[in-house]
Amino acid sequence: MTRTSRRPGTTTASVVGVVAAGVPLAVLAVFFVLPVGGMLARGFVDDGTFDPGGVLQVLTRPRVHRVLAFTVLSAGSATVLAVLLGVPAAYVLSRLRFPGVRLLRAVVVVPFVLPTVVVGVAFRQLFAASGPLGGLGLDGTPVAIVLALVFFNIAVVVRTVGAQWDGLDPRREEAAAALGARPAQVWWTVTLPALRPAIVSAASVVFLFCATAFGVVLTLGGLRYATVETEIYLLTTTFLDLQAAAALSLLQILAVVALLLLAHRARATEVALARVDRPRRRPRPRDAWAFVVLGLVLALVVAPVATLVARSLRTADGWGFDHYRALAAGPTEGGSNALRVPVTTAVENSLRIAVDATVVAVVLGLLVVLVTTRPRPAGRRAARWARALDGIFMLPLGVSAVTLGFGFLVTLDRPPLDLRSSGMLVPIAQAMVALPLVVRVLSPVLGSIDDRQRQAAATLGAGPLRVLRDVDLALVWRPLLAAAGFAFAVSLGEFGATSFLSRADRPTLPVVIFQLISRPGVDNAAMATAAAVVLGALIVTVMALVELMPRRGRIA
Amino acid sequence: MLQVEDLTVRFPGPRGGGLVGAVDAVAGVGLSLARGQVLTVLGPSGCGKSTLLRAIAGLEHVDAGRILLAGADLAGVPTHRRGCALMFQDGQLFDHRSVAANVGYALRLRRRPRREVAARVEELLDLVGLTGYGDRAPATLSGGERQRVALARALATEPRLLLLDEPLSALDRSLRESLAADLRQILVAAGTTAVWVTHDHEEAFTVADRLAVMQDGRVVQEGTPAEVWRHPADARTALFLGYASVLEGSAAARIHHVLGSPDPAVRRPVALRRSALRLDAAGPLAGTVVAVRASPEVIRLRVRVDGLGEVDAVAGREHPAIPGDEVGLAVDPDRLAVLPSGAAPSHLTAPTP
Repeated sequence: MTRTSRRPGTTTASVVGVVAAGVPLAVLAVFFVLPVGGMLARGFVDDGTFDPGGVLQVLTRPRVHRVLAFTVLSAGSATVLAVLLGVPAAYVLSRLRFPGVRLLRAVVVVPFVLPTVVVGVAFRQLFAASGPLGGLGLDGTPVAIVLALVFFNIAVVVRTVGAQWDGLDPRREEAAAALGARPAQVWWTVTLPALRPAIVSAASVVFLFCATAFGVVLTLGGLRYATVETEIYLLTTTFLDLQAAAALSLLQILAVVALLLLAHRARATEVALARVDRPRRRPRPRDAWAFVVLGLVLALVVAPVATLVARSLRTADGWGFDHYRALAAGPTEGGSNALRVPVTTAVENSLRIAVDATVVAVVLGLLVVLVTTRPRPAGRRAARWARALDGIFMLPLGVSAVTLGFGFLVTLDRPPLDLRSSGMLVPIAQAMVALPLVVRVLSPVLGSIDDRQRQAAATLGAGPLRVLRDVDLALVWRPLLAAAGFAFAVSLGEFGATSFLSRADRPTLPVVIFQLISRPGVDNAAMATAAAVVLGALIVTVMALVELMPRRGRIA
Repeated sequence: MLQVEDLTVRFPGPRGGGLVGAVDAVAGVGLSLARGQVLTVLGPSGCGKSTLLRAIAGLEHVDAGRILLAGADLAGVPTHRRGCALMFQDGQLFDHRSVAANVGYALRLRRRPRREVAARVEELLDLVGLTGYGDRAPATLSGGERQRVALARALATEPRLLLLDEPLSALDRSLRESLAADLRQILVAAGTTAVWVTHDHEEAFTVADRLAVMQDGRVVQEGTPAEVWRHPADARTALFLGYASVLEGSAAARIHHVLGSPDPAVRRPVALRRSALRLDAAGPLAGTVVAVRASPEVIRLRVRVDGLGEVDAVAGREHPAIPGDEVGLAVDPDRLAVLPSGAAPSHLTAPTP
């Protein structure tokens, strides 16, 4: 009865399907495969001859080994720490009921949307000799990098695991307890197995984000502590060693694809949950330890942000908005500051680009998801195609944004695709970065629609387009807004690809921040904090608006 | 009105593609239904009845045969142009729309004026007994209310043919009985032609003008409920219709003899209801009580009868019996059915409910 259907008239449906899949595929081919491929090709072709040996040579360099080891170690420890802190926090935030829980839930998620450059600046301020935690001597150490990575990704764990926990039927745990299981046994035999898919999935995503993090590592690690991603950047921009950069890019792509496949298999074993709405319970004394962990998480989240804001407001003679004024004033005559445009211009650039990037990412993502989630009999060739398509659009997750940005530069610079001067170059690159996120947000929602809803609409007289509007789009409306918000935030904060592509006279806000911190001078550092606050506030505002958007279709 | 001719729907084998392991979910089914009548398709789960319904709605690919509605072949007509509203087992209401918006959905599709839609929705909600429910969210309704809304939504299309796929199966028993009668009344009042699929024989008898029994993708019997009930096509059908056991061979001959058949050669199988044998000291059959169970109206017995084996019987509450008692039994000819000869594969008993 739950079988999906083979309907009459499938030929027209599949033509529409091919077109809907074709547009995003074409865009992906031109704006992702081509640049990345072009970039990789540059590494393999030396003086016009195919030379794969040179690439392998790169992998034997001691520095490359150090970079690889550091990438795996930092990402691994950040992942472990994020899970250890995130799971108890998820427990408190999704299982318990106490005043302020909603606020805490929002606070914990904020870091995820903050741009990497902002977080980098914040952690530098926190651990700087003059900062509140300067005494720990962590400035410029791997510990600072790992903590910054945890800061970012704790939200992923709390969100993913929390959502799963929210849907667990507590009666299953109660049943175990009634059969004589002690609380610890309940946890190990019932709760943890039920959460395991979510934990594995969250951990693999966190590891992926950590291993490909760019802005944070670049701002905190500089030349000394490089991950594969920042090394690609340094090799490309500083040493102009394209061969080595291509080798590392390739290695990264392979590693990420392997990881994504593993994560996919973990997801495939996920058991469907009977989602139940059960009231959250009040905290009990034995929940105290979980609150302690939540306290740590909150400290980790709040401290850097508070430091950042405080630093941006501290002036030579007390407190004030001097740095913000300096930002808005823009470049000074022969001045010491590194600004090339007033910050208002950069904000305007960022917003314009983000709007374009969001539209591109959401339209493409929606098309992809509509095609991949179309129900079809399992085991058919079409189903395999849909899964492959779904995987293909995850690829940008695993490809260094730096590779992508540089690839844009080297491949889209001659006819018929001379886009260097086109205003769409940056938005399209950012859209490619945001696309996987859009697909991931929309895919589960559209995939969970009971096909019989569509069939019911059809038997009531709704044609295919009308069904699309009244069932698919009506149900996906809110997640679509959330996806758009995410894409907008990603675009506003995107730095890896943008750093290559934004034109000197039209920088985005993250580019301005990076310019400020790369120049010496206390004023520049202080202005960077102010600019980071502006960017952070902008993104938090966007996300809050999305979050507060009234639920459409909710009826009294 | 509806004419189904030699319809076959084939499901691919478990490995997909090809005909290896392919199953005919519906195999050569023929049916016809006059305007304004309710046809119930009755069969165990997996017999292909829902697939038949979905094929009529245009939701399944038809491998052979024809479906005609009002004389026109439906082949190639997409679902939304067939004018067959389908009501699902769990209603499939649009939870993101109010009750009124659900009911009025088809009318809005046809761009009827708002005022007219509102009036019609109110009328339909009255019809299904949910006056004033228009502004509610479907999620706040009980199972029975949801099905009433689903019916109202389907009726709003003024369907040429209404298809109901186990519309009451998700409900509990008492609700199912009362709602079945209600729905029947609503369908008759609206003059709707309907195909109603169910696995519950009591529900089928409550709602049907015509009854088709399906097994393994085939229609094994078709007729009015009374005909089908009186003359089941074979032993399996009889058991599915609620007969408790089927006797054949010498056991069947014994019953024929008791009923006064002069010819000892008559051995056609006999399907017995649980109440076909009644405790009666003067009865022609004798046996030993094996088990006794009291029910609100009668006392139900299992009795071992010479030449019949163990069979069900009933006793009035004034006739207490205990296991081991030797009792006499009378046969009630209205509570048994004589099956066509050769229809029973072997001695069969319905699973005890």
